[in-house]
Amino acid sequence: MSDGLQILIVDDEIQIRRFLRISLEAHGYRVYETVDGQEGILKTAQLRPDLIILDMGLPGMDGLEVLKRLREWTQTPVIILSVRDSDRDKVAALDAGADDYLTKPFSMDELLARLRTAQRHAQPQPQAATFTSGHLYVDLTRRLVMVKDAPVKLTPTEYALLRLLIQHAGKVLTHQQILRAVWGPEYVQETHYLRVYFAQLRHKIEVNPALPEIILTEPGVGYRLKTTG
Amino acid sequence: MDDYRPDPDALLAAIQKDESREQRGKLKIFFGMAAGVGKTYAMLEAARRLKSEAVDVVVGYVETHKRAETEALLAGLDIIPRQKVEYRGTVMEEMDTDAILQRQPHTVLVDELAHTNVPGVRHLKRYQDVQELLEAGINVYTTINVQHFESRADAVRQITGITIHETVPDSILDLADEIELVDLSPENLRKRLSEGKVYTSERIETAANNFFRVGNLTALREMALRLTAERVDHQLQDYMRVKQIAGPWKSGERLLVAVGPSPFSERLIRWTRRMAYNLEAPWLAAYIETPDEITPEQKKRLADNLVLARTLGGEVVLSSGSNVSEGLVRLARQRNVTQLVVGKPIQHPIRNFLRGGSLVDRLIRASGDIDVYVVTGDQPEDEPRRRISQPTQHSVWTQYVLAVAIVAVATGINLILLPIIGYQAVGLIELLAVLLIAVYIGRGPALVSAIISALSWDFLFIEPRFTFVISRPEDAILFVLYFAIAIFAGNLTAQLRTQERQARNNADRAMALYTLAHEIAVAMNMDDVLQTATAQIGQVFDAQVAVLLPQQAGQIVPTMHSCSTLTLDEKEFSVGLWVYDNGKPAGRFTDTLPLTTVQFIPLNTSTRTVGVIGICTRQRERLSFDQEALLETFINQVALVVERELLDEAAEQSAMLKESERLYTTLLNSISHELRTPIAAITGAASSLLDTPTSSNEAARLELTQNIQSAAGRLNRLVENLLDMSRLESGRLQLKRDWCDVSEIIGVAVKNLAQELAEHPLTIDASSGLPLIQVDFVLLEQVLVNLLDNACHYTPAGTPITIMARQQGQTLEIIIRDAGAGIPPHELEHIFDKFYRVPGTATGGTGLGLSISRGLIEVHGGTLSAQNATGGGAEFIIRLPLTAAPSPVKEAVT
Repeated sequence: MSDGLQILIVDDEIQIRRFLRISLEAHGYRVYETVDGQEGILKTAQLRPDLIILDMGLPGMDGLEVLKRLREWTQTPVIILSVRDSDRDKVAALDAGADDYLTKPFSMDELLARLRTAQRHAQPQPQAATFTSGHLYVDLTRRLVMVKDAPVKLTPTEYALLRLLIQHAGKVLTHQQILRAVWGPEYVQETHYLRVYFAQLRHKIEVNPALPEIILTEPGVGYRLKTTG
Repeated sequence: MDDYRPDPDALLAAIQKDESREQRGKLKIFFGMAAGVGKTYAMLEAARRLKSEAVDVVVGYVETHKRAETEALLAGLDIIPRQKVEYRGTVMEEMDTDAILQRQPHTVLVDELAHTNVPGVRHLKRYQDVQELLEAGINVYTTINVQHFESRADAVRQITGITIHETVPDSILDLADEIELVDLSPENLRKRLSEGKVYTSERIETAANNFFRVGNLTALREMALRLTAERVDHQLQDYMRVKQIAGPWKSGERLLVAVGPSPFSERLIRWTRRMAYNLEAPWLAAYIETPDEITPEQKKRLADNLVLARTLGGEVVLSSGSNVSEGLVRLARQRNVTQLVVGKPIQHPIRNFLRGGSLVDRLIRASGDIDVYVVTGDQPEDEPRRRISQPTQHSVWTQYVLAVAIVAVATGINLILLPIIGYQAVGLIELLAVLLIAVYIGRGPALVSAIISALSWDFLFIEPRFTFVISRPEDAILFVLYFAIAIFAGNLTAQLRTQERQARNNADRAMALYTLAHEIAVAMNMDDVLQTATAQIGQVFDAQVAVLLPQQAGQIVPTMHSCSTLTLDEKEFSVGLWVYDNGKPAGRFTDTLPLTTVQFIPLNTSTRTVGVIGICTRQRERLSFDQEALLETFINQVALVVERELLDEAAEQSAMLKESERLYTTLLNSISHELRTPIAAITGAASSLLDTPTSSNEAARLELTQNIQSAAGRLNRLVENLLDMSRLESGRLQLKRDWCDVSEIIGVAVKNLAQELAEHPLTIDASSGLPLIQVDFVLLEQVLVNLLDNACHYTPAGTPITIMARQQGQTLEIIIRDAGAGIPPHELEHIFDKFYRVPGTATGGTGLGLSISRGLIEVHGGTLSAQNATGGGAEFIIRLPLTAAPSPVKEAVT
């Protein structure tokens, strides 16, 4: 349960807002609604919500613009809602500081998982020294990677990728974010590095690399490390 | 056309002349009767006046002839340095037209308009440079003497005995906005000459005694004055025409000059032009093609003559007839000619007798009320008017030698046979030799051999032998008969041969035409037609060909067709456009824009111009008149076919319109069904849930909710499909190409369809070494989802599905194989059609998935095809080109 966390929904469609409110309130969130971006910014300042769900296709000021204004002064987690054919907007929003995204139509389960992840990352807490997902066990202090209880040897780059994903476990990371963090800002266009290294990494840590269960591909956006539970 | 009324075309032409003059530079001609009258001086003075008014005037080319007073005037004017052209080892100086064009002065001085440029300079003649400068909007001042005008050159030669080679077309006068006659009395000119103001001292005497005789100068002066007067007269008439003052053609006369391959025709043409000019009458130059053949060099001369006629403003007409006089009179009547001009032919008493009088006699008899002018040639024709073209390329000389040799051989044989067959039969063998010569060599040698054989027969065989005396009267009669028969038979045979050869030429021409007509008739589409036509024209005329056509329906401006073998520069292209807009030929060898190297001919149909063909022969020479006629026929053929194709295209378009209407209807039907079904399911389930007894049943509630979910999923798929379809069809689909790992895309697609795939054992066979490929991840994933979804949907549960990915050379193949019933072979292509569904298959699809998938693969430059796998089941194969490899991957610095 969500201990009465406050969520602000910024969406102009009443049907979406209604179904979100009903479902989220059923899961213990306190829900506030607003229909346009300007008001959304205002309400964020007044209410100080714990999470924001922001629709990208708003009338007037669009979602991306709202997000940029918000990020000027607050780090409140923002989940973006978008439609399938706007990959570019999604990536732009993630690179502009959105915490995650969902493509309409989406299921409630997905939304709740995203909200949990976003909220967890928002809370300042000491980084866990170990990580477990399915058969994968990583001890970050010892640089130890175990698959099905057997140690696996990773190259420094593979390990750097895995560590980055663990730090943001459950959260989507865009291609650019990964490239910038691991290789450096001058490599943000070299997406083929990712294809090559993720293929290698999957071969080492996935049971079936053809159908990965731990490192998930977000088509056209980036990668996400699956968390158990 | 009634020549007594103002002609709308003439009005338009006069107005257009004014319009085009406004953008063009102005031309001022300083015009004189001879060298030394002070044209250059007058031009320089005018230039200085301009300069004093702060006009930007430069010297393009001025020849001072070292005359001190002229050189003094040159001082202070900007001079464009001349360009140096090397020709056969010597460096010559010519005007640098490009430098002037770059400098863009207000006015440029160009001396000696009639000058012929050194080979290697862009234009042959300086007046062409001047035309270019004018086109560029630069005003030109220039100088010229009367003898340099095309139409006067001949008269000047008759007066002075000097042949003028450097001439300019009279049309240059029409370009001039202003003409200033620089006049000087002959006495004063001779005085200037003797003072050394015209030529340097060593040439003074020769000049004074030849060209500069008082008689000559007086005649030249009259000519110059008259030319100026005529010009003033014409300006008045132009004015009258524009201001709609009646009566542009005062005389109502129309002249026709008969043109042949003789050099004498040139004089005839000039004479007629002058006469027509003075009469204010239009004139025609006609060539009557008769069965008599002419030699290649005569053909060339004929073409030159016709070009001259055209240059001088005559209308050129080609006609044919069994003889010249008949053809001329018929043409004259057709075209309402009032005056006929022919040359005075050399007299051939015998031939004239045989033909019923000389050309002139017959013409006068047949012409009725048409006046016939007979103009004298000033020299006898120095070559036979007609010569039979030879079957073999022997020179004339060898032909005669050959003929004599044959007669000699026949005589030798006869000497042996004489004792056996007697002298009379010997004569027949000689006759046979003459006939053979007539057939295989020609008329002239046959006549010569007839004479030689007759004499040798008399000398060697007729009693008394070895004398030319014939003693018996019957032998004398035999001899005369032999002679007559040899000449007539020889003549007749040769003529037959000529006709046969002409028939063969005609057959060749007909064959070329037939080939063209046949090939373009069987051509499948417009591109094939043009391809064939271009190739045929190129081959028959040894030329490069450009084709200008509006390539898409509704396109107004034509563009170069890809079949063109000739590339056009911007200027040539604009000439082509002019031809397209005006439907008249232009370019080289025509009156319009003749400075381009390409000859443009419109593809005219009965109603409009459908395109333009540009031709540039490899020899850069004018086509002979019969070739030109053939070309015209060719082009008419092509025009007809192009029109046919255009009509076909229009028909096809309307068929396509119908097809798209059909699709639209299908779309509406399909969409309304596909939309309504899930909506009905959702509405039904929702209303059931609102119904308390149903919703209180836990199992029913769950099932209804799942029903809503799946119906909504179906609705979502349909909407996505429709959106993709419209994006694909509008061409607005933007590929977000990125380096992708095919195995990864397969993994994502499979994961997305995990629910559907649960009932099918899945094998993924993707070798790990597959290269990365630049595709749109999301779109390729969608294709795979569509194909896998189909595989699940149309095969029984429990049957396996295989996904294979492999590299085949420069192609990446992804194969999705199911183990279902396969696709009926005749349906294999149809399944990719929009809204097509194989009859009798499971419901639930939109009929769009495969169509979209194929579209998505094609925008990636790949292919999607279907086949039945050898072991049964359907197989869908995606082939994507592997274009480049990504840059090498670097380890991160950690």
